[in-house]
Amino acid sequence: MRRLFGLLVLIAVAAAVVLWFLSAPGKLDEADFAGLAEPDLARGEEMFWAGGCASCHAAPGAKGDDKLLLSGGLAIESDFGTFHAPNISPDKDAGIGNWTFRQFANAMKKGTSPQGTHLYPSFPYTSYTRMTMSDLNDMWGYLQTLPASDNVAPDHALGFPFNIRRAVGLWNLLYLRDGPVIVFDSPDDAVSRGQYLVEGPGHCGECHTPRSPIGGLEFGEWMAGATNPDGEGIIPNITPDGSIKSWSAGDIAYYLESGFTPDFDTAGGSMVSVQENMARLPASDREAIAAYLKAIPGRPNGYPARGG
Amino acid sequence: MKNALALALATLFLSGQAALAAEPQVERQQAMKSVGQAMGTLAKTAKGEIDYDAVAVEEAFAAMNTATVNFIDKFPEGSETGHETEASPNIWSDRPGFEKAVKQFDTDTANAVAAAPQDIAAFRAEFGKVAQNCKTCHETYRVSKK
Repeated sequence: MRRLFGLLVLIAVAAAVVLWFLSAPGKLDEADFAGLAEPDLARGEEMFWAGGCASCHAAPGAKGDDKLLLSGGLAIESDFGTFHAPNISPDKDAGIGNWTFRQFANAMKKGTSPQGTHLYPSFPYTSYTRMTMSDLNDMWGYLQTLPASDNVAPDHALGFPFNIRRAVGLWNLLYLRDGPVIVFDSPDDAVSRGQYLVEGPGHCGECHTPRSPIGGLEFGEWMAGATNPDGEGIIPNITPDGSIKSWSAGDIAYYLESGFTPDFDTAGGSMVSVQENMARLPASDREAIAAYLKAIPGRPNGYPARGG
Repeated sequence: MKNALALALATLFLSGQAALAAEPQVERQQAMKSVGQAMGTLAKTAKGEIDYDAVAVEEAFAAMNTATVNFIDKFPEGSETGHETEASPNIWSDRPGFEKAVKQFDTDTANAVAAAPQDIAAFRAEFGKVAQNCKTCHETYRVSKK
């Protein structure tokens, strides 16, 4: 009996050690940083809008130039607790003014903070991981040019067990993938560019794809729509079988530019901010996103049919 | 007898329609639909898909302005759900904000009617101000359900 107990303790300790190693925060290799040029600020600005940084990191309701003050503050009320978007302005104390590009790139591609701890996937590093180092370099350069804010954003308020940061490492094993989500046989340039923008910086799948009970994306239902992760209602199915089935590629591009649907309804909810970001991209990028959305496989709705 | 039955059925049907139309959820959906229709004319004009028609433009702005009449009364307590409403709970939790947003749309559409733009350049200025209202209001006060 006592030997059995001893064995169980040994197994438990061994399992804990294994889990501890498996859950370790990831880091980029030194080779990943080779060959980077001086940041191109104009391209960095495009990546800033494509990435939607301002939608969460500017003060809620910010319009126009106020979107450039990344003081943090948006509260995302999810099933796991409340996530508070941090201050990512260049302020040295309240923001990320003391970070290096290496630290920034590890946050964006590995979800690892400068302190070597896991960031939570409310910050969509799960998508940003698909961004090129060159685009991240440009984006980082652009972020340095933005105004500093000394606003101190609150810490996340999460329930057990989601407040165990280390456990995010195990979650990453399941859900942090840097390859393409959809594999095309012979995509044209527009579809490839659209794929990069949608699956990478645009992080469209983070809301438009349903999630598992522990919050990982169901890649088999890519873009099939989902219940709203942050409030009432649903996020629409934007596969070719979804809400935008009857839209032409031109309709999609016009919607991203103007916010108007083909029947002259408008974007609503959090999509308003997203659409305003997309409106700042070159027209060719909006057309590329449209081409990609027309090329992905159609899916039935990823959210439950509504009752009553 | 047959006629009387037909009449009774017709009356029942019509009163049913009337009862349906009286539901605030349905009334506000119809009001928004009229705004959407007017928006179609204006947006197609802005995109250059249809020739500039000052009368049609003024009528469209006026139709939008008409939709704002008693609009906030179409969101009484108790109409938060039902009839596939996409009204956000924010309408009831932030009534002053909602009323302010509707008032802004009322003001901007009234100004556009008064401006009576006669060419595309003058039109675009008014259209931009009016169109901004759609997203601003839908961002906070509507939830998508389909």
